[in-house]
Amino acid sequence: MKAIWIITKLTFLEAIRRRIMIAGLALGTLFLIIYSVGLHFILIQVGQTLNDVAAGRAILQAESTNAFLMAGLYAITFLSIAMAALLGADTLAGEINSGTIQTIVTKPIRRADVVLGKWLGFAGLLGLYLLLMAGGVVLSMFFQTHYTPDHLLRGLGLIYLEALLIMTITLMCSAAFPALATGAIVFGLYGLSFIGGWIEQFGSFIQNQTAVKIGIITSLIIPSESLWRRAVFEMQTPLSGALGMSPFGTISVPSLLMVVYAVAYLLIALIFSIHIFQKRDL
Amino acid sequence: MSIAPAIQTDQVRKVFGDYAAVKGLTLQVKQGEVFGFLGPNGAGKTTSIKMLLGLISLTSGTASLLGKPLGNRDVMARIGFLPEHFRFQEWLTANEFLFLHGQLLNMKTDELRSRIAELLERVGLSDYRNRQLRTFSKGMLQRIGLAQTLLNRPALVFLDEPTSGLDPVGRRLVRDIIHEVRAQGTCVFLNSHLLSEIEVTCDRVAFIRHGEVVRVLSLASLSTDQISVTIRVSNFSAESLAGLSQWGKDIQMDGEQISMVIQSDASLPEITRYLVAHNSQVYAITPNRMSLEDIFIETVGKDGGL
Repeated sequence: MKAIWIITKLTFLEAIRRRIMIAGLALGTLFLIIYSVGLHFILIQVGQTLNDVAAGRAILQAESTNAFLMAGLYAITFLSIAMAALLGADTLAGEINSGTIQTIVTKPIRRADVVLGKWLGFAGLLGLYLLLMAGGVVLSMFFQTHYTPDHLLRGLGLIYLEALLIMTITLMCSAAFPALATGAIVFGLYGLSFIGGWIEQFGSFIQNQTAVKIGIITSLIIPSESLWRRAVFEMQTPLSGALGMSPFGTISVPSLLMVVYAVAYLLIALIFSIHIFQKRDL
Repeated sequence: MSIAPAIQTDQVRKVFGDYAAVKGLTLQVKQGEVFGFLGPNGAGKTTSIKMLLGLISLTSGTASLLGKPLGNRDVMARIGFLPEHFRFQEWLTANEFLFLHGQLLNMKTDELRSRIAELLERVGLSDYRNRQLRTFSKGMLQRIGLAQTLLNRPALVFLDEPTSGLDPVGRRLVRDIIHEVRAQGTCVFLNSHLLSEIEVTCDRVAFIRHGEVVRVLSLASLSTDQISVTIRVSNFSAESLAGLSQWGKDIQMDGEQISMVIQSDASLPEITRYLVAHNSQVYAITPNRMSLEDIFIETVGKDGGL
């Protein structure tokens, strides 16, 4: 256990020293500033437009704020996933390649400790990143409109789970392949998941069961996008749930079973990471 | 109870795909000795060390360190390792780097702190303790690597090409440190192809070729074991040449020059008497002690075992 914690702390220190943390924070802050300023002007415009609409004003306002919040969270989800892939891709692969790993794993520790320590470190870093970014977006919205979406924590939890899933898959690939190949595989899978999600959405919209099935099969291959869609489902307004498609809304809702599947997928990927790293000649 | 050997291997083999990097390594290294591991490039030296340290799995064979099977964590706490082409977490300071490795060795914080100070002083890096390793020169990195290797006062140390890329001062430091740890009873397993280094530091050496031990040699006996003698002589008949074999081997005659290898310089007067008795004119008898390099070439061949 002690060794895991040493590696976790080392992972944090590495993120700070190699300026990953500062880069993430600086650009994250810029993101939040632009988001907040943009939101400010959009809200003014929306307010003026809605003044001309008598009926359903509150509903439309809630819809537009929710949509803009989802847009912000969608961008953050993508950034978190990119962060997860970037953190994970070089870690084992890079240290195997450089030989740094050799003096670590020849200490009286288990190789599993190295993988688990890194996993915990990255999980912590991603958690902090998401907390800052999503927290910033939600707070910015709250201060300007007093709006908070339903089931906010559940939604953010699902987004975090998605980032953790991508990070774990990256770690697994990084135990087996070089960093660049790992990056290519993970982003490839993410693309697959993305398009699978859209096929399912369209399929659901035009009520084509084959397309929906293709989407579900894709989610089984890589369930990341379905976690985002579940997160949207949790946080969206009842009306947009009923109305159907929007870029940041969802109609074909992944079941809770899919969430359970994603958790199992993550755990299995973590077990595989450990197994591959243990068997590998370094 | 007899002391377990520091390293024992029996027919250890490693195959990558269809290439056997190590064909069958059988070796015994005693505790407390400095053991040189010699062989041409690609002979499987680094692969062998990596197998012993659990970095690479064995295809077949058995091996033990300090009397325990490979991978035993109690044993790993008593081992030091300086890899070839060392690369460390260059974003750590020298102090942090040593602290990290000491923690991984389960060392207590107080003990670790004083040990770090002691080792930084010993390798001459005390003034640089708070500098990040990325600012270090190659020689400084090798020094900090060496300090890392000795943190736990190991019973067994593996040094894979510890002097490669070092200037003479750095090489001297490595040599001195090897002598020091040996005096404290540490076994040093030294992989190097700098034969002059091996010659002055090692008690015994093994010659490796194609991942097999072709010869184990005690360097203490090197000075008396093998003497090559060059004799300049005239009027010596080729028929009498065979008679020289009673004192040595590898006898060759080229014009007025005879060369041979003898076991002891006590044979020299007898050889002289023999030559004179056969009516030859002896101009010179020159004994040349064989250097490790001569033995290396003789053992692994001029082709370097390719």
